[in-house]
Amino acid sequence: MISSHLPVLQIVIPLMAAPVCLILRHAVAAWLLATAVTVVTFLISLSLLGQVLQDGTITYDLGNWPPPWGIEYVIDRLSAFILVIVAGMGTLVMPFARQSVEQEVPEERIYLFYVMYLLCLTGLLGIAITGDAFNLFVFLEISSLSSYVLISLGRDKRALTGAFNYLIMGTIGATFYVIGVGALYMMTGTLNMADLAARLPAILHLKVIEAALAFLLVGISLKLALFPLHFWLPNAYAFAPTTVTIFLAATATKVSVYVMIRILYTVFGGQALFESFAIDEALVALGMLSMVAAALVAIFQDNVKRLLAYSSLSQIGYMILGIGLGNAAGLAGGIIHIFNHAMAKAALFMAIGCVITRVGAVTVSDLAGLGRQMPVTMAALLIGALSLIGIPTTVGFVTKWYLIEGAFENGNWPAVATILISGILAIIYSWRIIEAAYFQDPPEGRGEVREAPIAMQAPMLLLAAACIVFGVSATWTMDIALSAAEALIGAPAAAPIETSGVQP
Amino acid sequence: MEFPGVFNYWIAIILMMIGFYVVIAQGNLVKKIFGLNVFQVSVFLLYISMSKVDGGAAPILDDRYQVYTNPLPHVLILTAIVVGVATMSLGLALIVRIRDAYGTIEEEEIERQEADMP
Repeated sequence: MISSHLPVLQIVIPLMAAPVCLILRHAVAAWLLATAVTVVTFLISLSLLGQVLQDGTITYDLGNWPPPWGIEYVIDRLSAFILVIVAGMGTLVMPFARQSVEQEVPEERIYLFYVMYLLCLTGLLGIAITGDAFNLFVFLEISSLSSYVLISLGRDKRALTGAFNYLIMGTIGATFYVIGVGALYMMTGTLNMADLAARLPAILHLKVIEAALAFLLVGISLKLALFPLHFWLPNAYAFAPTTVTIFLAATATKVSVYVMIRILYTVFGGQALFESFAIDEALVALGMLSMVAAALVAIFQDNVKRLLAYSSLSQIGYMILGIGLGNAAGLAGGIIHIFNHAMAKAALFMAIGCVITRVGAVTVSDLAGLGRQMPVTMAALLIGALSLIGIPTTVGFVTKWYLIEGAFENGNWPAVATILISGILAIIYSWRIIEAAYFQDPPEGRGEVREAPIAMQAPMLLLAAACIVFGVSATWTMDIALSAAEALIGAPAAAPIETSGVQP
Repeated sequence: MEFPGVFNYWIAIILMMIGFYVVIAQGNLVKKIFGLNVFQVSVFLLYISMSKVDGGAAPILDDRYQVYTNPLPHVLILTAIVVGVATMSLGLALIVRIRDAYGTIEEEEIERQEADMP
């Protein structure tokens, strides 16, 4: 039956399509193939999510090697949700990509762009699907190496140094992760996450495990650009081709957030860990710091892409705060924000991409008067910005609601205050864009500006609409996020009851 | 604890720190990449050291041997070596492009040029 092999097809199809793209050597053909493959992966991910919601966690033994010897793919609610987000964002980015890439990447390198895109997609999907700690590292490096190349394809020469710095920081992060995994393997003799989770509680107090945890957390924090390890991100996002910025902003750091959740809650057992180490408090503090500090820096940026990159850092803070809060509402808020922020930020970067297509550059002053000249694009920009701020009826509000609920539950007043302050800072930096677009006159000398082509507008409008739809009716997404959060928190708590049942 | 007992780990840690220091302290991009490579290689050593079983033979099934060295870390490191080579070659390729674009591979000079850009 083909349907029982969906987990591996999810990875193998984009992986195999990449070298085919390389052989095609033709821009349009490569784009067509990449689009078709992305749509197929999206359909597979939807089908997997459906199966998981109906029948519970799916496991798949790669090459029929039983775990813990072989690599196991494990798809629970959280990973199915992440798969849908990654593949879904890929699907929406592809129609946008064609014209945007033609404009920003030299003709002879376009097919290479799609090769790298497919590899990056493979890596990101692989991270979400695998149940093996070392396999995760391999996928992490597949996605990272390809994203370094994608970023370096930007027109501005600063894209090269941005990519180089990301390469240095990303490799240090990934190597830290491997050191951590190595130490875990040394102490437990296993790499399978479920197996690790079963063996770790007994030896959690050992120095080696503490060191492993520290290496893992620092490594992942580098990858997800947690303040103060974020220095690679703004330049990498600002100078990469717009399509790359959209795709990476919507997926790459989010997948790293997923890894953080996986390691802390699945492998190390969440609450049980937090009782012996105050990692949750450290994460809450770092999350709050990033929410405020990055938003403050965003206010002073002139390049809109950089501004949005700093805003991304601030929004990553919300996710980390959610992870640190550690209760169902908070964690669900963090998980749902992965989805919500992916949509809002993708819509914003797509709007900026449309502006780049028509105007050429995107400093805040370049946006002046575009509210009248490109009304549709600016409307999408407005909705994305409102969602960053967290106005009711947008997705950002749903996130904040649950994060604040989670913070209340812990009696964490500073966190509540920080969420509100960071919202106000978001109003300030968003207002600079809105003000330029709607309340300033177009600069002298700029001729007629038309709306961007429909292929670029359609995905942007779809995302903007989704920001509203999932903001008004969040039941479906919230159900998944809440049940995923409860499963993550509940699993370790249920384990001791089982053992006590066995022992007299 | 006898001196040679954890000798390999000491070497791995020393190499790790040397590599890490070079990445942070050197302004020359090529030296940075080589520091990064030393840093990665130290982790290979860490993995290989932990797989060694005292008196263990190579993991080839044979009646004469009962104790085998754990082969799994070797396999993992083969993968990590591939990743390391890919990272290094990509890094060096980027440096070639950076040199074409900026005319230098010194970090300070690149930062000076970037500071003047809008």
